Amino acid sequence: MLEVDVVVPRGGFRLEAAFRSDAPIVALFGRSGSGKTTLVNAIAGIARPERGRIVIGERVLFDSARGIDLAPEKRRVGYVFQDALLFPHLSVRANVAYGESLTPAAERFVDGERVLALLGIRDLLDRNPASLSGGEKQRVAIGRALMASPRILLLDEPLASLDGARKAEILAYIELLRDELRLPMVYVSHALEEVTRLADRVVVIAEGRVIAEGPAAEALSRADMGALTGRFDEGAVIEARVAAHDARFELTTLAFAGGELVVPNVDALPGEPVRVRVRARDVSLALSRPSGITIQNVLEGDVVSIGHEFGAIVDVALRIGHTALSARITRKAASDLALAPGARVFAMVKAVSIDRRSVGFA
Amino acid sequence: MSGEESGILLLSLKVAFVGLAASLPPAIAVAFVLARKRFPGKTLFDAFVHLPLVLPPVVVGYALLVFFGTQGPIGGLLEPLGIVFAFRWTGAALAASIMGFPLLVRAIRLAMEAVDPRIEAAARTLGASRTRVFFTVTMPLSVSGIVTGALLSFARSLGEFGATITFVSNIPGETRTLPLAIYTFTQVPGGDAQALRLALFSVALSLAALAFSEWLVRRSSAHASHA
Repeated sequence: MLEVDVVVPRGGFRLEAAFRSDAPIVALFGRSGSGKTTLVNAIAGIARPERGRIVIGERVLFDSARGIDLAPEKRRVGYVFQDALLFPHLSVRANVAYGESLTPAAERFVDGERVLALLGIRDLLDRNPASLSGGEKQRVAIGRALMASPRILLLDEPLASLDGARKAEILAYIELLRDELRLPMVYVSHALEEVTRLADRVVVIAEGRVIAEGPAAEALSRADMGALTGRFDEGAVIEARVAAHDARFELTTLAFAGGELVVPNVDALPGEPVRVRVRARDVSLALSRPSGITIQNVLEGDVVSIGHEFGAIVDVALRIGHTALSARITRKAASDLALAPGARVFAMVKAVSIDRRSVGFA
Repeated sequence: MSGEESGILLLSLKVAFVGLAASLPPAIAVAFVLARKRFPGKTLFDAFVHLPLVLPPVVVGYALLVFFGTQGPIGGLLEPLGIVFAFRWTGAALAASIMGFPLLVRAIRLAMEAVDPRIEAAARTLGASRTRVFFTVTMPLSVSGIVTGALLSFARSLGEFGATITFVSNIPGETRTLPLAIYTFTQVPGGDAQALRLALFSVALSLAALAFSEWLVRRSSAHASHA
């Protein structure tokens, strides 16, 4: 269990944030400059809170009331920085050995050979950091942090300086580590698709405050997220399970509380839990069940509320069984259909609007 | 090279090396404080460190005489311990190290300011104490500045004249370093040839020091990119 409740002075404002998590991966999500990095710096002991408390499991790292402020080197917190920050004067081997050699034997629980193998950095050991690609640097940085047997791993925008293909590669490594090492992680990001894919629990931060906190689907589906994610990407996150694969058409059926969703093939076994993000702009509405259309997903549900009207667009909050969904339609369409809270509607979602990036494995 | 000449050369080298060796650790510490710490009076401290660079060397020599002379407040304390500077080669080394100190600090400070503090933070999260971070990260990453500063300070020491002659006088075999010897020869009739020879030695010595430091810098940066 990670518990954080701190006030940290910071250039322009004070970060005041509290959250707790016992999830395998908790994401700190928010725009750049919102204070996410300050928060992980406080956990690592690099930024000093004015007051508050930081506890990992039974271990108190910081408690202003009791005068506890462990030095960074005593915290056993692994930290992976956005730009890797490998030691440029040391070989890859010396980089990954740096923390390991400083860890008391009794505290070592990470199998070094296994970490090197999991991250695929064995062949890089004799290289020097300047000769590594961005993705390789980040893998070495993760390895370096893990070799010190940390109790928690902080990842601060680890993909931000990588291109698309390298991003996917590092994401896959992070998922592998989560499943293999059972080490809790704090993942800082402003990218919605990374958070959807990785995080079980999400803490949304804006201007130095926590504005939403909870299970990923709940926190990410909140209506006021538009300001953070950009209007384009607003939508709902649905917790589902893989129900069946259709080998012939290469489709996967996902079952959730309230219905089923057909999407292009998802690489998971039947029964596995997944998270799907459905953007509001990809959902259209009908008053009766349409027929003779290409749209694969027609979900019957109720209008919960009609969102704030601005310009040509309105957001309609829906409930499909027990699952929340939202649809972005024109104000004219809402008026033509006379949509009102309680109305029975059919929400239509094109299967192809849900791409691989929208599906995360829980 | 005559015995007298080699004696002068060796004395100069000894004075410069000992002066450098003695000033290197405090210079690294002062450079680190100036590069990384904020404290009240920092500007004043910075100015004080740079004083020898802007003061007339004779003034520095006079100040040394006042403080480190056998009657001086510091010299008087050290004398019972067997440490004497006045009119000894050790005094020449002290004068040399003081005159070279600002050059040493400047070069090392610039190099340390270029080290990303987040790399040092990364080392701390990996379990390294402040001291260990300093010796395993900050220092190795500042090595080019340390070498450059050492050369500048060494060259300055070899050429040191004013502070030395004021503080420890011009005693053959004890404090008569290269510049003092050259000066002495120009003051005696028929000493011109000797002065010229010593001047050429001086040029050769400086060039050798420059080449050596270039080699060191190149080796350490090659080490950093191929290690």
